[in-house]
Parts: sequence; C-alpha cells; structure tokens
Amino acid sequence: MLRTFAKGGVHPPENKFSAHETIQDLPVEGTVAIPLSMHLGTPAKAVVQKGDEVKTGQLIARGNGFVSANIHSPVSGKVLKIDTSLNATGYKREAIFITIEGDEWDASIDRSDTLIKECKLKPAEIIQKINDAGIVGLGGATFPSHVKLTLPRGKKAEYLIINGVECEPYLTSDHRLMMEKSEELLVGIHILQKALQVDKTIIGIENNKSDAIARLSKFADGCPDIRVQPLKVKYPQGGEKQLIKAILNREVPSGGLPVDVGVVVFNVGTAFAVYEAVQKNKPLFERVVTVTGKSLAKTANFKVRLGTPVKNLIDAVGGQPEDTGKIVNGGPMMGKALSTPEIAITKGSSGILLIPENESKRKITEPCIRCSKCITVCPMGLEPYLLMVLGQKSHFERMENEKVMDCIECGSCSYTCPSNRPLLDYIRLGKSEVAKIIRSRKK
Amino acid sequence: MNKLITVSPSPHVHSGQSVEKLMYGVIIAMLPALAVSIYFFGLGALYVTLLSVVSCLLFEYLIQAYILKVPTRISDGSAIVTGVLLAFNLPSSLPPHIIVLGALVSIGIGKMTFGGLGNNPFNPALVGRVFLLLSFPTRMTKYPIAKGFDTPLLISAKNLDAATGPTPLGLIKEGLKSGESIASIFSQHDITYGDFFMGSIGGSLGEIAAFALILGLVYMLIRKIITWHIPASILGTIFVFGGLLWIFSLEGHTFLLNKFSLHVPYIQYMDDTLGYKIPFHMADPVFHILTGGVLLGAIFMATDYVTSPMTTRGMWIYGIGIGVITLIIRVFGAYPEGVSFAILIMNGFVPLINRYIKPKRFGEEVSHG
Repeated sequence: MLRTFAKGGVHPPENKFSAHETIQDLPVEGTVAIPLSMHLGTPAKAVVQKGDEVKTGQLIARGNGFVSANIHSPVSGKVLKIDTSLNATGYKREAIFITIEGDEWDASIDRSDTLIKECKLKPAEIIQKINDAGIVGLGGATFPSHVKLTLPRGKKAEYLIINGVECEPYLTSDHRLMMEKSEELLVGIHILQKALQVDKTIIGIENNKSDAIARLSKFADGCPDIRVQPLKVKYPQGGEKQLIKAILNREVPSGGLPVDVGVVVFNVGTAFAVYEAVQKNKPLFERVVTVTGKSLAKTANFKVRLGTPVKNLIDAVGGQPEDTGKIVNGGPMMGKALSTPEIAITKGSSGILLIPENESKRKITEPCIRCSKCITVCPMGLEPYLLMVLGQKSHFERMENEKVMDCIECGSCSYTCPSNRPLLDYIRLGKSEVAKIIRSRKK
Repeated sequence: MNKLITVSPSPHVHSGQSVEKLMYGVIIAMLPALAVSIYFFGLGALYVTLLSVVSCLLFEYLIQAYILKVPTRISDGSAIVTGVLLAFNLPSSLPPHIIVLGALVSIGIGKMTFGGLGNNPFNPALVGRVFLLLSFPTRMTKYPIAKGFDTPLLISAKNLDAATGPTPLGLIKEGLKSGESIASIFSQHDITYGDFFMGSIGGSLGEIAAFALILGLVYMLIRKIITWHIPASILGTIFVFGGLLWIFSLEGHTFLLNKFSLHVPYIQYMDDTLGYKIPFHMADPVFHILTGGVLLGAIFMATDYVTSPMTTRGMWIYGIGIGVITLIIRVFGAYPEGVSFAILIMNGFVPLINRYIKPKRFGEEVSHG
C-alpha cells in the first residue's frame, strides 16, 4: 500500500487537464505593476525612483528586515511611477509600475541552458545568495527561503523533504517542472542540502504523476542521498505537516516548526529557483503558472514574468470563456478568488483557474445535522462544526482552547459539509481574532 | 466592460454531498428490512409504514408552516427516515390512531420542540416508540403471528391474544422467571437461530430479519453514510458482556455458590429485591445480538447523526454504554427488551461526551516514527 498521512483528508476530482502541456514562455508588453509585497513578512522597500532605467533582473526593492524578500525587475524599461495597485487579496498595496522597453537582462545573469552541477560555495554563502535573489516558497505560502534555511539555534535538520505533491486539483506547474527541469532540480536539491548540512533528501510525489516519479527516480538513481517517495493521492498532502507525517510518520508538534522533528521542506519550484539563483545568478523574477479550467478550449503551463496581468495569461489560451463565474489565483481548494483579471502574477501564483458560472456560487447553508464528516476529514484533528459555532458566538478564548490556531485552512471541512456550511470562513475569523488576543497578551 | 465575477473565500469546490443524499441513502438501506417485513406480516407492514411516514411528513409540514412559521423543508428526507424507523419499532397490527399519535409525539415532541433537524437531543422515532410502549403496553408487546399475506391487517382487542404472540425475548424472560431452562424454552416453541437470521419470528416490523438489516449496514458503510464505530461498539459490547454473563450462568447458582461463596449474600439480596431469582440460566450472546432490536438499534437508531457523538472516541463510549445498558435491562430489568431505553439514555449523555471527548489532535503527542 502506498504511503499517505493518517488523519483526515479528502479526494476531490483531480482535473489535471494541463498535465502534458509543456512549459511555454509568455512574453509581456506595455506596463507591469510589481507589488512590493509578494511574500510573507514586511513589504520590501523600493530602491528605484520614477524615471529610472531598469534592466531585467535588476534589484528594484530591498527586503525590509529579516523576514522579507528582495524584488527584482522582471522586465527592462523605465519606472513609470510608484503607486498603489489592487493585489490578489483585494486590497490596494504599493507597487512599482514599469513601462516595458525591449528585454535587456542584467549582465551578471547566465542566460545559457548549460547545466552547472558544481557548487563550491559555503553554506552561509549559499544562503546569502538565495537571500539576494529574493527567493520565497513557491508552493503558495511565499515564506522567504533564507529565513527557512537559517535554522533556529540548537536545531539540527536530519532530512530535506522536497514537496512535489501538488495535491491541489487542476494545478500542474510543479508537475511540468519536475518533467522538464529534472536535472536542474536535483542540482538545486544538492545546493539546499549543502546549505542545511543534511545528507538525506526525500522527494514526495503523489501517484497520479507516475511519469514524474519515474523520471526523477531515474535521475536520483545516481545519488544515494536522494530518494523519491510515491504517495497515495490525498488532499492536503502538500501541506508541510501532512507531507512529513506521510513520508516519515513524524508529527510536527502543535505550534511547532518542521525542524522540531528534524525536517525542512521545500517545494520543487523553490528548489529550481535556488538552482537558477546560485548556479546561474538569476534572481526570482519569473515562475511557472498553470492556466486551466473546465470551459477553456486549451490549457497551458506558462513561464511568466512577475507582474504580468492575469488577463494576459487567459488571453493566451483563447480568452475568457463566456460562462466564467470565478477567476481563482491558485487551486480550487486554497486559491484566492480575484475581483478582476487585471491583477498581477506574483511569486505565489501557481495557477490561474477559471471556474464556470454554475460551479462558482455557494449552495444555500442548511442546519448542521451533526454528521461529524467535518471531523472525519480534518487533517489536524479539529472539530470544524464546533469552531464555526464558537466563531458565530464570538467565543474566541474557547476557540483558542479548541486549537483553532492549528488549522491549516485546507478547506476539507467546507468541501465535505453536506449542509454547505461556511465552516472555514468562521474558522478564519476565529484565527485572526485569536491572533490578536495572543499578540495583546505578549505586550 | 466585463460581467461581474464571484469573489468568495476558498474552497471554491464542493463535494456535492447533501443532507438529502444522506437521508435518501438511509431510506434505501432500510428497504431490505421493509421487504422482509412485508413478506412475513403481509400488507399490514406496508400499511403501518406508509401511515407512519405520511403522518410524520404531515406533522412536520404543519408545525413548520403554521406554528414555527419557517420555510418548510420536509423534502430533506429526515421526516421520512423518522417515519420508517418508528414503523420499524411497531407491531404490524397496530390500529391507525396509535400510529398517528406515535408520529405526532416523534415529530412534535421528539424533533420540532427542540428546533427541528439537527437540534433534537433524543432520537425522535424512539421518543415516539417509548411513548407508545408506556401508553399502550399490551398493544405494543403483542406481535401478530407471521402468516405472510394472510396475517390480519387489524387485530381487534377481543382476539388479541389468539392472533398474536410474544417475541423470542419475551418468551425467554417469562420462561426463565418461571424456572425453565433456555433449551426447553427453545424446543417448546420450536425456535432456531436460522429463524432469527431469516426473520420468521415474532417482533416489530424492522427487527425480525438480521440479514436484511446487515445488508442495510453494508450499503451505508459502502456509501460512507455512517462509519463502523457505533454498530461495532454496540455489537461488540453485547457479545463480550453477554458472553461473560452467559459463561457465569452456565452452571447457574451452584457455580457461583461453590466458586465465589463470598457473593452469596449479594445474590440473595438481589433475588429478594427483584422478587424472583436472577435468571442465571442466560441466553448466549449470539441470541442477544440476533433478537429484539439490537441490530435495528445498532445499525439504524444509534447511528442517527443528530443524537450520536461527533468523535470516534465518543462513539466508542456511546456504543459501549448502549450495549451494557441493553443487557442490564434485558437480564435484570422488568422489560424483555432494552435497546430503545439504552439508546435514549445514552442520547442524553451525548452533549457531555461531545464536550469532553475530543478528537486526537495532530501534533498532540510528538512521535518519532
């Protein structure tokens, strides 16, 4: 039997339409808006001014503090203005607007396709380079990678786990990357191993990507320190804690970090970005994005410059279908619905999903029949039905006792509920209120 | 320019599961038992079931539309489930007014008083059944002798004794009280375990055929309508606890007198209090599982979503409680049958169980596999 995590989980229809679409470059023209906050942590600070000429790959905003990330220009051209722009969360945030002129890259970037295996840098130098390149977790959480690589004092990592699970339905960007950039990925893994000073890596891939499992296993054959672990398809296996449980049967303690059980997890996309940054001197200014949906004539996996409007991606696959009811940045389980297709692709955009009208509206909420299906599917062992009631009644202290902060917001509860109850909405409310309570307690 | 698009928090997809689908799934699971019932008790079984279902739907509709003045939602199927379950607990010869009264108590008092589906602490069908059992004890414990379609639809009060018979549990209870042994009771009434399995025994509509009920259980497990925990914990408890009682009773009083002489005063005390000898000649655990409402209760009544615990640990406590209370009532109590009371009693504990029995949280105990 294939491995998977023990508790909870669901299996929504996979709908991986774009699994065999090779990655294509998507050029961009006109003006792009580069948000200063594309990562978890404090927004970066602009280091360019209106009217400045910038080259592709040039630093345009510097990370502000430790938990932050550098931002590089994804295009060459002239800085039009620094102003606010609507982002994926629906709020207006500061962004650098650049009018594109040609595509002149920063001279230090190696644009060749030659594979460079050798890496002579010391761990601290690797981490510095990753920091300089503005790399964040590309699985969607966008946590700055240099922070993750800087282990807390006294902690030691034993395993590096590479997350190639891609458990969200529809999305295939990681799948394509594993197929097309396998060797680069393995070099990236070796660099991460060196930075973390670990000698064991396990790549977790769900069994619906048997071609990727076969391909990476073949390349990993020559590396005794890297092993590919096929996993049974179950959502949310791509969640760090679930993945560690599935592969090593270790449970990250409540409120703890993976390194507490000797593990550090990176997404395949991040590992590839690390290869490019360290070996090719190329900062993070483009990424692979899946464009998919049931009503689209064709689906695609594009290599997209950050800042490209979502609309450009949709147009590239034949335009927005008539019946589009919702545009999601990310997968259907955890992605964010966008208010307009003008919003820019950022470091965390793994896919653009167009949901038809008839699937985009929620059904009418009915009374809880206490079927306990939400408890059965919760991968964190929580009681969503109870948390929702407590959230409605503003009993936030009790929500904290019921471990609401352990919720990973995977949405399995809302997905399963036969009464269509908005369980996760109230859990999110509770989490933000409990976070306020915890902050005020620290003061 | 563009038409408006929907913005809402994730998840953006839904499993398609619904209350209706779950309820109609339960109804499908009950059909084999209904078919067996019609086969043995004739049209009376069908007629009791239909009357019960129609009354439950009607009372739910009337209460929602005219008393609570809320949107009516009888199409969700929950009133049909209650109606069929109530009928399954009744003899097929019950007069119509009693059935309608049972439905009124089930829906009116058992369910709507608390706010309708999802809010009732006690299983509505059992509330109705126990109300009828206490109000019409004779009618409710006389079961028509199964003659297929020749079974009379209605049995008048005059020939009640002639046309009806007790259940196997009732026979055992009476027989043991008068000092007979299990084997003699069985041979006297020509009962075999095959009869329990196939359903050719006296009893209420839904409880007679073990195989039909088990078929329903398998269907509900495959469709993932219920989990196995509640049926397994109830049946397991009855098997283990019933088995222990049975082993101790094999040699009757003498065994206990010889081996555990300390307990003699206690047994004497129990006998005096009860007014009759404790039936240490006990039926074996398989008999307990196959007869009466144990399978019906464990599969369809105790698993009611609303009135059973939310966590698997809670389900085990609940199931073990039902098993133990059922046997205590059957062996030591005045009623031959105890499942309904056991489930209702444990229903009462469910809020407490939900309050204190939590699921095992992820990361609660740090494991290093």
